[in-house]
Amino acid sequence: MKQICFYFQVHQPYRVSKYTVFDLESEKQFFEGPERVTNKAVFEKVAHKCYLPSNMLLLELIKLHPEFKISFSITGTFLEQCMEYGEIGKKVLKSFKDLADTGNVEFLAETYYHSFAALFSRPEFARQVKKHTNLINKLFGLKPKVFRNTELVYNNDIAYLANKLGFKGVLLEGWDPVLQGKSPNLTYRPPKYVVPNEKFGLLLKNYKLSDDIAFRFSNKHWSEHPLTVEKFVNFVYNNYGDHINLFMDFETFGEHQWEDTGIFEFMRHLPDACLKNHIKFRTPSESLNDLEHAEELDVPHHISWADMERDMSAWLENSMQQSSMNHIFSMEKKVMQTRDNKLKDIWRKLQTSDHFYYMSTKYWSDGDVHKYFSPFETPYDAYISYRNILAKFEDLIENKINKKCQDR
Amino acid sequence: MRILMYGWEFPPFNSGGLGVACEGIVNGLLRHNTKIHLVLPRAPQMKSENFNIVDLSSNEDIEFTEINCPVLAYEGEHHYTQNLVNIKNASMYGSDLFQEVERYSQLAGPMAAKHDHDIIHAHDWLTYKAAINGKKISKKPFVAHIHATELDRSGENPNPYIFELEKMGFEHADKIIAVSDYTKRKIVQHYKIPASKIEVVHNAVTKNFKQYQTKNFKESAKKVLFLGRVTMQKGPEYFLQAAAKVARFLPETVFLMAGTGDMLGRMIHLTHDLGIDRNVLFTGFLRGADIDRAFQNADLFVMPSVSEPFGLVALESIQNGTPVLVSNQSGVSEVIPNMLKVDFWDTDEMANKIVATLKYEPMNHDLINLSKRDLNNLEWHDQALKIKNIYTTL
Repeated sequence: MKQICFYFQVHQPYRVSKYTVFDLESEKQFFEGPERVTNKAVFEKVAHKCYLPSNMLLLELIKLHPEFKISFSITGTFLEQCMEYGEIGKKVLKSFKDLADTGNVEFLAETYYHSFAALFSRPEFARQVKKHTNLINKLFGLKPKVFRNTELVYNNDIAYLANKLGFKGVLLEGWDPVLQGKSPNLTYRPPKYVVPNEKFGLLLKNYKLSDDIAFRFSNKHWSEHPLTVEKFVNFVYNNYGDHINLFMDFETFGEHQWEDTGIFEFMRHLPDACLKNHIKFRTPSESLNDLEHAEELDVPHHISWADMERDMSAWLENSMQQSSMNHIFSMEKKVMQTRDNKLKDIWRKLQTSDHFYYMSTKYWSDGDVHKYFSPFETPYDAYISYRNILAKFEDLIENKINKKCQDR
Repeated sequence: MRILMYGWEFPPFNSGGLGVACEGIVNGLLRHNTKIHLVLPRAPQMKSENFNIVDLSSNEDIEFTEINCPVLAYEGEHHYTQNLVNIKNASMYGSDLFQEVERYSQLAGPMAAKHDHDIIHAHDWLTYKAAINGKKISKKPFVAHIHATELDRSGENPNPYIFELEKMGFEHADKIIAVSDYTKRKIVQHYKIPASKIEVVHNAVTKNFKQYQTKNFKESAKKVLFLGRVTMQKGPEYFLQAAAKVARFLPETVFLMAGTGDMLGRMIHLTHDLGIDRNVLFTGFLRGADIDRAFQNADLFVMPSVSEPFGLVALESIQNGTPVLVSNQSGVSEVIPNMLKVDFWDTDEMANKIVATLKYEPMNHDLINLSKRDLNNLEWHDQALKIKNIYTTL
């Protein structure tokens, strides 16, 4: 029986403020975002274009079709912004709570700060996942059972860690070189030597079908444009394997694909068309109950869901990115030493993957700089502000530690 | 294809980027099956024993005609009259700049009758009238190449005569080649020329990657370089104002101002007023190997131009392994995305970026490597082909 598993990623980072050498002497806030794109302004914009109308639609659909199910992974930094930004934040949070209350929505676990802690510090990774799980539980009354790592970054190690933390499975990209000719539409499990637990499984993103919705939906040069629900149901049918995992950014609805592309109308009619054609909807946990025939999938090297390369190069390619990432994680011991929750929070917000993405020079030289999505004008501007903040933050840490020594 | 080209300055007799660009264009075109007859003004004060126009004299596809004319590139009306005093037989030249340009055009235009050609190609305002005169004779298409407009050089107060000459050239031209989109926009906006008449062909550099010493980043005294004419257009005062702000954070930093120009005296005073006399060194006008040495010694090259149609000197810096900070009012960053950019008037941000480059090695490293990669995509050979393709549409 064909079944669709929807997972939507909901995330907003705390973008750093424009921070110059002159600001080192000031008390300027670290996380307002650059002046031309403040974090609050972005949140408000996306709330109106995506979060509120999308959640309203999803709620309607669930009421109309009790068989319709979806899942979300919502970062801690997003939820903090909901709580920080007044009425609009409250409204957005409530819309997610209403969905949670239907019982048809699963919430996944991830790192609270949308970080790559898994690659740099296991204890810190565990702390961030725990903090996230606790917040989801507190806000929605649900305990996440399935894990997804930041940007779908995965290798065997992630499965090992997720199993240790008690999850029943992990989501990853259904990337061809990893699958080696196998279908992404089946359930898999990590190699036994990594995770002996037979109940632990893997769900692979069908990137072709996911991207039909997330990227190609409004592309007039695409041979299948315009995408109708009938066509899409056919695509699902013609795919080998029953588990069709459609993973995408939630901003697909209304922000990446604007309302006038018809994306909301597409979603409005999709559940009905699927159900009529005996295509069911499943949440990730439900899908992972079906591991009887799961094959082993060995993924020794890191893959992600980003770019054509599906590797780490969007965040860890040039010197600025590598040194910044190493720098922030190298501060762990000192940050912990301060026993100061505010400083720990700053440190973790500085780990959010988006900061490093903004420093990417990958597509910068191709001339098509407009494709480059960042609140900063150039990767160098992103780096300078981040690096200056890091310098200031190091001072704060040193001062705190020195003060503690004197107090003793 | 035969080209009658009106140039203005040509190495080794050049005082700036115009001559370097012309040389690159000529060399590039010669590799695409063209013959060029290059008409150049020749100032009488230039010593003839040095005269050996690059390595081209042995190439049969290029010929030169020189016309006596004491107008130097980048010099204004005032300078022309001043210089005339020191020239022998001054009475044979125009008594002011404009009479002289008129005289030059009368002499250079008729070269169109003497030398067969399919295209007339002229570089910057001094040559436009000669080209128009030439076109009247041969009726061949005229391409006006614009490397710098009077508005770039003089800002708010353009010389109305030069401005009109440029406008006339643009209007008479069958096609205009601008060195950047930045310049193209200027021509559309200020000279009211339709955008469809203007093609952009960016400058390149002759591939000559120098062997340079890898800088020791940990070395304490950092050097920041300004290299160009010390004139209003190049924004030297913004460089010094930013320098004073940088010195607050990194007091050991050395700022080199290489070049000369009518603002030099004021700049020397300004370093005193800003209290950075000890940080700033003035080198005077540099040539050849000294330029390379200046770049190689510097940790950062700053080009804070108020208006820079292209900015070839930034490419020379990259070739020498030195990262670049340019003003947003410059064309060069259209082809080299991996450089730092700032509005020329924003000396706080300029200082911020200078300090960041000097303090943060990873950024320095990325700028050097990635800008060099950008530069590798830029060849005179390719740019000349674009020019030739423009000829064939006419």
